[in-house]
Amino acid sequence: MVDLVFVLLSMLTVVSALIVAGNSNVIYSAVGLLFTFMGVAGLYVLASADFLAATQMLVYVGGILVLILFAVFLSNRISDSKLSNPTHMRVPSAIVCIALFGLMSHAAVNTEWAVKTGVEYAPTTAVLGRLLMTKYLLPFEVVSVLLLAALIGAALLSRPESGKAACKPDMEEGK
Amino acid sequence: MEQLTALIIQKVPALAVAPWAVTLLLIGIVAFIILQFAMVFAGFGTYLERKIAADIQGRIGPNRVGPIGLLQFLADGVKLILKEDIIPTAADNHLFRMAPYLIFTGSFAAFVVVPFGFSLIAADLNIGIYYVMAVTSLVSIGVLLAGWASNNKWSMLGGMRAAAQIVSYEIPVGMALIPAVLVAGSLSTQDIIRSQGGFLGIFGWNLFHNPFSFFSFFLYMVAALAETNRTPFDIPEAESELVSGYNTEYSGIRFGFFFMAEYADVFVVSALATACFLGGWQIPFFNAASLPAVWANLLSLGVFMAKALALVCVIIWIRWTLPRLRVDQLMRMSWKYMVPLTFFNFLGVSLWVLIFKGKGIPQLIASIFG
Repeated sequence: MVDLVFVLLSMLTVVSALIVAGNSNVIYSAVGLLFTFMGVAGLYVLASADFLAATQMLVYVGGILVLILFAVFLSNRISDSKLSNPTHMRVPSAIVCIALFGLMSHAAVNTEWAVKTGVEYAPTTAVLGRLLMTKYLLPFEVVSVLLLAALIGAALLSRPESGKAACKPDMEEGK
Repeated sequence: MEQLTALIIQKVPALAVAPWAVTLLLIGIVAFIILQFAMVFAGFGTYLERKIAADIQGRIGPNRVGPIGLLQFLADGVKLILKEDIIPTAADNHLFRMAPYLIFTGSFAAFVVVPFGFSLIAADLNIGIYYVMAVTSLVSIGVLLAGWASNNKWSMLGGMRAAAQIVSYEIPVGMALIPAVLVAGSLSTQDIIRSQGGFLGIFGWNLFHNPFSFFSFFLYMVAALAETNRTPFDIPEAESELVSGYNTEYSGIRFGFFFMAEYADVFVVSALATACFLGGWQIPFFNAASLPAVWANLLSLGVFMAKALALVCVIIWIRWTLPRLRVDQLMRMSWKYMVPLTFFNFLGVSLWVLIFKGKGIPQLIASIFG
């Protein structure tokens, strides 16, 4: 049962990832990305990482994918595949891809993975929270400060030059 | 679920050859019941909305189909199914077809963790509230795609507005629910409700736990109203500006999907507010666990539905009495007022829980009198 679900989820992930890479229309690539994210979230659930799965959906689907779609929609003539998704340098990229594939499959086959049988589906949120507040407090705080800096920077960049625009549209801040 | 499967196999030994089939069947039955409830509620919601709107505007409302028009929603449903499903030639065929399903899935998946009663819940996930926040993010994708795929300026504008609004108000919605999570010490909806029981009756509710959680309830209702795209925050479909927003080009049952998702959202918002702040299915001054299982479930279901439906009525009442906000006012409200207020609340509740060891004001008063 679990194996079947795993196969289905990985198929969803891989097939939609192929759509992301191979489709000539950027919009379809973005929609393919949606299903890749959902497949990965499902794999997290199978690995009994429920909190991580929900975070995956919330951050990647609810945040990043929406931003990607916004960016795609705002660019002009997007469904014209020659403009939006041209192919350059096929030979070098093919070499890089094959090399990377070889490296990763070598690593995947030869590493001795710590196999855990009989995974129990226990709540992870409490443990995660405790670790974030004790052992990993410094990295957590550093990342939050970095994100805050990015947020302030974005707000500053999108603000119209002071003095030039007397009536600044407040909408800018919402983006 | 495992216990139920084991019980069924024990009763009918012939099924023991395929226990997974029994599990699958049980999952299917639960999913079917939840889906049916959501569908019927969507129909009933349209009826309620039209009746309340009619009362507020001094009209009569639907009164022809069935007694006092109660069967109107069935007639509407049949009409929507029978109507031609038009796909504009200029639209993007695949995405246009897919978008309503995404919105529908996102809204209806939230019903999984709605705690209908003492033990009536599809799946008591231990990340309950967080799960709702996660799956509803599908809705914003669906809305964006619906707007873009229609290849129509109004739809596009509506889709963009809706997505910007949902993304912005997701933050205050999540932050406003945190007080309930902090007080209960759990994200599971059932645990949150269980923490609101006890001898204090309605004063055990999180609403009266401390000043911050009291305030948080109202912040949640306002932010959640904005997230469901209803008046006074319905700028994505503002009829006077955008015809009908992102669903302008849709017809037939695909249009019906948008409507069902909207009413499903309204119910989920009310149900979550009930569970997190209004004590959920707790029967005042009764311990549901001490009653016989059937009665405990029926009574708690009744209590929960009464509270949730009252909130649904409030949401409809707000829609027909307030004018809508402008786009920039909406964004200013989210980022300049709602977000800072919910952050302040978050801090306040955290300190309260820390200082008073998780005890609320009613409990503190009760402990004074022994």
